[in-house]
Amino acid sequence: MSEHATSRGFYVALGISLLVLTAVTVGAAFVNLGPFNPVIALLIATIKATLVVLFFMHVKGASEKMTAAVVISGFFFLAILLVLSMADYLTRAWR
Amino acid sequence: MADSHATAVDTAVASPQLRHHFADMEQQKNAASLGMWLFLVTEIMFFGGMFCAYLVYRTKYFNAFAAGSQQLSIGMGAFNTAVLLISSLTVVLAVRAAQDGKRKQLVSYLVITVLLGLTFLGVKGVEYREKFEKHHVPGPTFQFTDTFDDNGKKIPVDAQHAQLFFSIYFVMTGMHALHMIIGCGLFTVLTVFAWKGHYSPGYYTPIENAGLYWHLVDIIWIYLFPLLYLISRHS
Amino acid sequence: MASAAIPANQSPKTNYLTNGYSLKSWLLTTDHKRIAILYLISITLFFFLGGFFAMLIRLELLTPQGDLMHADTYNKVFTMHGIIMVFFFLIPVVPAVLGNFLVPLMIGAKDLAFPRINLLSWYLYIIAGVLFLHCMLVGGVDTGWTFYPPFSTSASNTNVIEAGLAVFIAGFSSIFTGLNFIVTIHRMRAPGLTWNRLPLFIWANYATSVIMILGTPVVAITIILVAAERTLHLGIFDPKLGGDPLLFQHLFWFYSHPAVYIMILPSMGVISELIACFARKRIFGYNFVALSSIALAVFGFLVWAHHMFVSGMSLYAAMVFSFLSFSVGVPSAVKVFNWTATLYRGSISYATPMLYAFGFIGLFTIGGLTGLFLATLGIDVHVTDTYFVVAHFHYVMVGGVLMGFLGGMHFWWPKISGRMYPEAWAKLSALFVFVGFNLTFFPQFILGYVGMPRRYWQYPHEFQVLNVLSTAGASVLAVGYLLPMIYFLWSLRYGPIAEANPWNAAGLEWKAASPPTTFNFDETPVVTWEAYNYDEIDAKPQEVPVGR
Repeated sequence: MSEHATSRGFYVALGISLLVLTAVTVGAAFVNLGPFNPVIALLIATIKATLVVLFFMHVKGASEKMTAAVVISGFFFLAILLVLSMADYLTRAWR
Repeated sequence: MADSHATAVDTAVASPQLRHHFADMEQQKNAASLGMWLFLVTEIMFFGGMFCAYLVYRTKYFNAFAAGSQQLSIGMGAFNTAVLLISSLTVVLAVRAAQDGKRKQLVSYLVITVLLGLTFLGVKGVEYREKFEKHHVPGPTFQFTDTFDDNGKKIPVDAQHAQLFFSIYFVMTGMHALHMIIGCGLFTVLTVFAWKGHYSPGYYTPIENAGLYWHLVDIIWIYLFPLLYLISRHS
Repeated sequence: MASAAIPANQSPKTNYLTNGYSLKSWLLTTDHKRIAILYLISITLFFFLGGFFAMLIRLELLTPQGDLMHADTYNKVFTMHGIIMVFFFLIPVVPAVLGNFLVPLMIGAKDLAFPRINLLSWYLYIIAGVLFLHCMLVGGVDTGWTFYPPFSTSASNTNVIEAGLAVFIAGFSSIFTGLNFIVTIHRMRAPGLTWNRLPLFIWANYATSVIMILGTPVVAITIILVAAERTLHLGIFDPKLGGDPLLFQHLFWFYSHPAVYIMILPSMGVISELIACFARKRIFGYNFVALSSIALAVFGFLVWAHHMFVSGMSLYAAMVFSFLSFSVGVPSAVKVFNWTATLYRGSISYATPMLYAFGFIGLFTIGGLTGLFLATLGIDVHVTDTYFVVAHFHYVMVGGVLMGFLGGMHFWWPKISGRMYPEAWAKLSALFVFVGFNLTFFPQFILGYVGMPRRYWQYPHEFQVLNVLSTAGASVLAVGYLLPMIYFLWSLRYGPIAEANPWNAAGLEWKAASPPTTFNFDETPVVTWEAYNYDEIDAKPQEVPVGR
């Protein structure tokens, strides 16, 4: 039960890289990248979230594939909500 | 046969935490973990409704959202992001300490987590107070005057939809803060239990599941921070 | 094979009903079967309350002029009817009563995975119910069950917040039920009970639970936003404050369209069990029926905006949603065709549960096909908000869900109560329900098609004949619903003692005693057979402890 796939040093390193990513995203916000500002910010956010899910929440290395399936289906249905709602708003003939 | 829980528990595996309807601890742990993950999915969808509202209105009223977003303090937002990320680290270390059965380490990591959570809430409170002072709280007293972006260019006022931005800001961060408060309460209780030695390498499911909850709240903030504070500064 | 079964005539043994008689033993129970009974009682109460409001609606519509009540009262009455029937009856009824009772039994488990959360979910239901009753007593709510803004956020001066809060709490009750079912079905199946050996009722409840978990939180936050808008003047949906009322409709129907599958899927599961048992055959195309449940759960999330075709949404999006809406027809048709194909060359008997199953197939087919009318963009524009829509969803919700529920109640009543119901009375009431239902709602298709709008308390004279027919049908239907309640209660005392397996049915639940003991099985059963192995059962009638 008490065996670890991951050491404490690994977690600390991961925490530090999350903080670095936060600094990067804040820095990027002050640079005018035009339409790429949101893209960069959300990309970094997604990388951070993925790191947290995979390593802090132990989805990677879990013996169960079920956990991953649950997470993926959650985000899949969230995507349906967002995409189909926006399908209405982006194609309206009136605003 | 059907008389009481007690007999069923006693005759089962020696572990006192095994509930009568499970075959073994393994099955019980797997069930609790799956249940927690499903609960996290409901949380994703719960916040998903608000993310949908944000997405729709930001698309429709980008200028108002940009103007509103400029009013938020990136400094405090970034500080809070760092606080939450560190707290996620202490949570994962707490889970690790529980796996090893290191009681004192576990308790101290839990205490640090709660303190970090309270720090986050304190900073959030300062931000909210600032909004009150600047009349940026939606309602009859809402005021939104001319603003200037980082280059000193004047942004035209669309007070009605700037109010919409602040409505969404307060709803999203408010719901997030509520989840933080619940999380802090949860970890306080777990700290007491951990101090009393309720957890062992064979049984630490509550710590693990509360940790999952905390990480999810963290992830929601990881998205809220860029969406509300960062991405509308340039167009 | 049936080694785990309990000898049927060993009656003095303690069962779940006789295991404690105190009020506390019921109110603090964690036994899934007792919680099912608690749900049965409370949901039945709400059903008759909702039925009472339905009678008020039908009485008002007996005459063209609004003579029984004011327009405002009528608005409140149909709102109460809608909210009670949708959130306090249709959504919980089959999962919380039959599902709660049967899921652990059918998969050979001692209980659901989280018994205390199961009890909590019942308490949440009760808290929500009491809150709504209070809301009703202090003046009710008049927004319609859909809570559309801006009426609900700024115009209505009724108790919208309290009603919304009740719906919110009831939503959590349903989330916890769904969560419990999914974990139970994944983690607690008996050895040998693989996924493709599961009863179709389990598949249906699994799909239902998926919708509960994914959809309910969205409507929960939507209702919170409406409440926040009323109390804090946050302008999220109100156009006066810069919001968009259509966003509410998107978020609301993202849950509330899949919610109709929360209602109908478990009933479809019941029907699969009934058809197989009373045709004495394995369900034709088991895999397709099982997967069509999952398909309905997924497709159900892709079609919500067909409720909004006339709302002013984008025409292009409307076309996409119209097209996607037809996709739901495919898994629904798969089920209907497979049930019908199961009947082919089956040895069919006409016990009451089977009568309800036949009723379900007919009524659901009508309800489903008229759904295709409504999915068609061009037709929907004409019949939106007419009685055509009302008739359509009553055919699905009442004709479908209630038929399934009543069929299931008759089928499993011996297991639940340990007594048989009176067959002749049951057949009579099934007839009442079927005839009364069609008399009530078929005229409404015609009414809607010729243009009678819904949600009005008066109407032009030419609609009176059909409305009188509908009201007459409603009274027949009411008798059909009261009769089972009376004879079920009667049978608790006077009904013949039921054997463990009175229908000679397949399924693990019939291997437990009637009524089951608190932990269902003395030892965990090991499953070595396929679901619905009726050919094996009928080939060796001695295998089952007590035949007929």
